Amino acid sequence: MLVVAAMSGGVDSAVAAARAVDAGHEVTGIHLALSRNPQSYRSGARGCCTIEDSNDARRAADVIGIPFYVWDLSDRFHEDVVVDFMDTYAAGQTPNPCLRCNEKIKFAAVLDRALALGFDAVATGHYARLEPTADGGVELHRAVDHGKDQSYVLGVLDDRQLRHSLFPLGDTPKVDVRREAAARGLLVADKPDSHDICFVADGDSTGWLREKLGERAPNQGGRIVDESGEVLGEHEGTYGFTIGQRKGLRIGRPAADGKPRYVLDIEPVSGTVTVGPRERLAVERIRADRPRWCGKPLEHGQDGAVVTVQLRAHGDEHRAVVRMTGSGDQLDISLLDPAYGIAPGQAAVIYQGSRVVGSATIAATERVSA
Amino acid sequence: MHDVPTVYLDHAATTPMVRAAVEAMTAHLADIGNASSLHASGRRARRVVEESRETIAQALGCRPGEVVFTSGGTEADNLALKGLYWSRRAADPARRRILASAVEHHAVLDPLHWLGDHEDAELELLPVDDRGRLDTAALAASIERDPASVALVSVMWANNEVGTVQPIPDVVALAAPHGIPVHTDAVQALGSLPVDFAAAGVDAMTISGHKVGGPLGVGALVVRREVELTALVHGGGQERDVRSGTLDVPAVAGFAAAVELAVKEQADETTRLTALRERLVDAVRREVPDAVLNGVSTGSTDGGGLPGIVHFSFPGCEGDSLLMLLDARGIECSTGSACSAGVPQPSHVLLAMGRDADEARSSLRFSLGHTSTETDVDALAVALGPCVERARAARG
Repeated sequence: MLVVAAMSGGVDSAVAAARAVDAGHEVTGIHLALSRNPQSYRSGARGCCTIEDSNDARRAADVIGIPFYVWDLSDRFHEDVVVDFMDTYAAGQTPNPCLRCNEKIKFAAVLDRALALGFDAVATGHYARLEPTADGGVELHRAVDHGKDQSYVLGVLDDRQLRHSLFPLGDTPKVDVRREAAARGLLVADKPDSHDICFVADGDSTGWLREKLGERAPNQGGRIVDESGEVLGEHEGTYGFTIGQRKGLRIGRPAADGKPRYVLDIEPVSGTVTVGPRERLAVERIRADRPRWCGKPLEHGQDGAVVTVQLRAHGDEHRAVVRMTGSGDQLDISLLDPAYGIAPGQAAVIYQGSRVVGSATIAATERVSA
Repeated sequence: MHDVPTVYLDHAATTPMVRAAVEAMTAHLADIGNASSLHASGRRARRVVEESRETIAQALGCRPGEVVFTSGGTEADNLALKGLYWSRRAADPARRRILASAVEHHAVLDPLHWLGDHEDAELELLPVDDRGRLDTAALAASIERDPASVALVSVMWANNEVGTVQPIPDVVALAAPHGIPVHTDAVQALGSLPVDFAAAGVDAMTISGHKVGGPLGVGALVVRREVELTALVHGGGQERDVRSGTLDVPAVAGFAAAVELAVKEQADETTRLTALRERLVDAVRREVPDAVLNGVSTGSTDGGGLPGIVHFSFPGCEGDSLLMLLDARGIECSTGSACSAGVPQPSHVLLAMGRDADEARSSLRFSLGHTSTETDVDALAVALGPCVERARAARG
């Protein structure tokens, strides 16, 4: 096959590209330029953080012996990922930009362009497995290395996208990938993993959001209250909070019962953040929008069967019963045991065993009544 | 993508070294001696440098003492612009304005923006017409507004992206009466056009080794003896105290051999490349009828374009998609001037010529040189149609 290997400049995507070559594919490395350098000319030693990554990716492509290009997707990325990130926070919810990037950029804009240019598939360094099915389809599964598993952020890919994807690292523990990178002479072998949001250069997403949203009503700030409505403090903007958050509330006095307080609710219009004890976070039911099916959708036969759902990146699995509602554009997820700190805006990814069935965006939660 | 014969159509980026330059350079690679040393080995090295300087001076119509060797075109441009600006301002603080065409190479534009941001310079970028040629009326108006405040004028001899030749005699005629120094970046012009420094009347001129069949990493600023330049690189005082640093003797020797040959063969080579250029333009128009030729329509030596540069917009294509598809077939060209990060920005040259960002992004430059043949052009003709079709599909 003719394969485009998306190379971030990190160790995983470099090894994934090398493995695609070993598998007999004709591979072309590409690096996605996702942020546009606003400078009119080059004035400093490092104009922008992506130049270093781009150079690392280019060197890896040299070592592997494949052609390499930079594809500029900065406009699409800004529109589909960065603006979505800001809007979701502005609405009092908690977005997952990596998942949005996979859905809209890596396996959409990049894949479409690659297919049109004559390529057959996109290979990435995601830790997930693709398993062929008896009827010639493909299923998405968790990676062998559960600690590194990234199937959650791929739960938005549909059947067509999965058929044109390659995840060469899904069967390998990360430690082996690093060892393999070193053996292959890839200098990125010991480059640290990236954890932060790629477009927030210094990792301070609250500061970044303050800069972007601070001027935008109604995000100038508001009150922190308890469930009785008593005002406990002030904050600079609701974007600094996520449901279930405990740290950084900066409430002067302790709760009457001495227990820690958590963010229970974020009201974006009034800017009110409600806090309370952990048990008030317990959720038993979730309504989720925009379902996406990774291959075969949840059929009415399975509808109502017990599955598991993962409700945040690297979160636990929860047993649940999922039902399609309306015309199939919403999911009603009933949790068998309560889950805590469930934030609207995050994805609910549905698993059957190790297989990813699909996902939907959490729109609302129903708390366990007191 | 394996074992495809290479069709190199990117000579404006760099052109292979000519045999004479390889021989001149390799003859000195193992020589001992610093050209600044006083002993016999040093004298031998210095002799190579000075003979090279004389060869270049002879070829370019300047005096040997006017040739300042640098690490290449970019350094020579920086030396000319910053060096002239600082010395002119030191003589008269009112001289803050720098006038340049909007289509200069980044090696000129970026130092000028830097001078604007850090050294209080006032940069005026002058418009060009739809073929990329400087609007001399705008230059005249800009000078006449307040001649005493102009530190310098910089206009390239010929444009590196679209090949348009600039009206250097007109620029000099406008600036000289006011004593305003003129710098020209002649990196692309040398070897393609007759270049005579003294006859041109400019005060400083940039040339580069690897664009004329010489080695990479060497170039020169040709600068009139009377012109004061503030040094950028301080040290041992080489190159009339304007550019310190031990000279790269083999590179200088290779550079001189290449310049000598390029100038000697320029007329014949222009005739040969002009015909080849017509063949290439015809082929593109045949394969992609709606392709738009940018710059002047014919390569010529008289107010036209460089014989080796062909620049087209392919409506509905991303230039970088097209470049990748051609590259996969062994055909090497460029989307414009290369960018260090590899992120395609719409060309400032095409934007200055009145094209929009989409048109600018849809462009490719094919540039011919001393190794180019009809076979190269014909290979492009075969590959281009299908690649354009595919690139259009990718744009959606």
